[in-house]
Amino acid sequence: MNIYGIKAIYLFEMARTWRTIMQSIASPVLSTSLYFIVFGTAIGSRMASIDGVSYGAFIVPGLIMLSLLTESISNASFGIYMPKFTGTIYELLSAPISAIETVIGYVGAAATKSVIIGTIILITARLFVDFSIEHPVWMIAFLVLTSVTFSLFGFIIGVWADSFQKLQIVPLMIVTPLAFLGGSFYSINMLPPFWQKIALFNPVVYLVSGFRWSFYGVADVDVGISLGMTFLFMLACLAAIWWIFRTGYKIKN
Amino acid sequence: MKPLDHSRMPESPGASAPIISVSGLSKTYASGFQALRSIDLEIRRGEIFALLGPNGAGKTTLISIICGIVNPSTGTVTADGHDIVGDYRPARTKIGLVPQELTTDAFESVWATVSFSRGLFGKPANPAYIEKILKDLSLWEKKDTKIMALSGGMKRRVMIAKALSHEPKILFLDEPTAGVDVELRRDMWNMVRGLRESGVTIILTTHYIEEAEEMADRIGVINKGEIVLVEDKHTLMQKLGKKQLTLHLQSPLTALPPDLQSEHLQLSADGADLVYTFDTQSEETGIATLLRRLNEHGIDFKDLRTSESSLEDIFVSLVRGRS
Repeated sequence: MNIYGIKAIYLFEMARTWRTIMQSIASPVLSTSLYFIVFGTAIGSRMASIDGVSYGAFIVPGLIMLSLLTESISNASFGIYMPKFTGTIYELLSAPISAIETVIGYVGAAATKSVIIGTIILITARLFVDFSIEHPVWMIAFLVLTSVTFSLFGFIIGVWADSFQKLQIVPLMIVTPLAFLGGSFYSINMLPPFWQKIALFNPVVYLVSGFRWSFYGVADVDVGISLGMTFLFMLACLAAIWWIFRTGYKIKN
Repeated sequence: MKPLDHSRMPESPGASAPIISVSGLSKTYASGFQALRSIDLEIRRGEIFALLGPNGAGKTTLISIICGIVNPSTGTVTADGHDIVGDYRPARTKIGLVPQELTTDAFESVWATVSFSRGLFGKPANPAYIEKILKDLSLWEKKDTKIMALSGGMKRRVMIAKALSHEPKILFLDEPTAGVDVELRRDMWNMVRGLRESGVTIILTTHYIEEAEEMADRIGVINKGEIVLVEDKHTLMQKLGKKQLTLHLQSPLTALPPDLQSEHLQLSADGADLVYTFDTQSEETGIATLLRRLNEHGIDFKDLRTSESSLEDIFVSLVRGRS
């Protein structure tokens, strides 16, 4: 096990985070604050509470999830895309480091950053609305699991992308719609029955539902299923990464 | 307790074995381009080996395979006895690579990027060693500078520092002096010699023949994915090197006097130059005799020059001969 190698990648990536602290932390915090002002305070004050939770509090888990997803994907994809773009990937490929160790370094750093951002948003949200966390351990578990899973997904996108445009397209065209339609701002029970069925094909529904359960004990789908689906998605990402390294897809020519 | 002095330790049984052994190595890219055709090559421990070849000959592909950047199609490579695929960790730990392109991070400091490389190659941090490398490469002053603020030559030094950061036993330099100014080139040559003295095996690719001539112990010529020859540099120069004496005549000749005719002496087409070819290595070059006899014939010359076939001529004739 090349522990020094993992550590080197992890610290290198974290250094990038600290160097870009303003856009890393400030921008998600700012955008989330805007959501709270618009949806939580302005619109939320005229909305009925959902499942006994005030609307302002109801959107907190969804908003954190929204940031976790986009941040995890963008950090991890950027982390592995940059060496490909600048050409410094030669060093990674010629180093005595295995695929798993490489992934631990990059994904670990991206996930760490996501967890930090999630925590900061949680604290920011507390300034706008009053909420409690019923199952803190599960809350942390979902936070970490989602960060890791979507950092893995981001890693795959970073390997796949061969232009900055492609790097943006998946988060923008697929993840953001899924996150918005995944019940970040509403309970899917509010949808007509047909659309409720469709919504169950959206993986984000399970993440948001499970995460919201850890806050308020209410969920759109059973928390066990939420957990199961998250793990399933994580396994799918791991399988894709295993395939990437085995075949050298877009990394080795 | 005194530290172990490696230079005085008895040589291990494998010490004379080649440090890199390439056998039957072929590479066909997905595009169908066959970059390497069944290469066999052995690099001796502690030597400077220059791999010469025109652009597109397969130099970089060969190096990239040995370093693990490109997957081989067929064949095997061992580095210090370790298979580069099956046993890649010990193999790669021993290898340092300075690639051809100036590929560096932009926002990291010199110190950070070199330390990163050491960690990546599985070595614990050793600030004293990094400091030594940076000082040796005249980078110490720049250690906190962001890489993007460095000149091209400085970036090249950073890449060498990165390659040396994990104390490799084998160093690959892919076109190390392409686009490098004279001063840096001389520094680099000195550095390479210093490394060899410390026991590092160096493989460099170049298309500057003078570089190979200046530095290498042995020379390999690669063309169209095949190793054309591998030879000790001096043997190669001796075998194929020729010297020519050109005499620019006072007045053109229409023909050589019959008793001067020989395979070594030729009259140029316009009759203005006499070209005498002789073996650089032989004791008796025959120049004195030639000049005396020209004098006897009353053939005067106003200028003369001698030229030695360089590695370049040898190289060009080899590569041309094959194509």
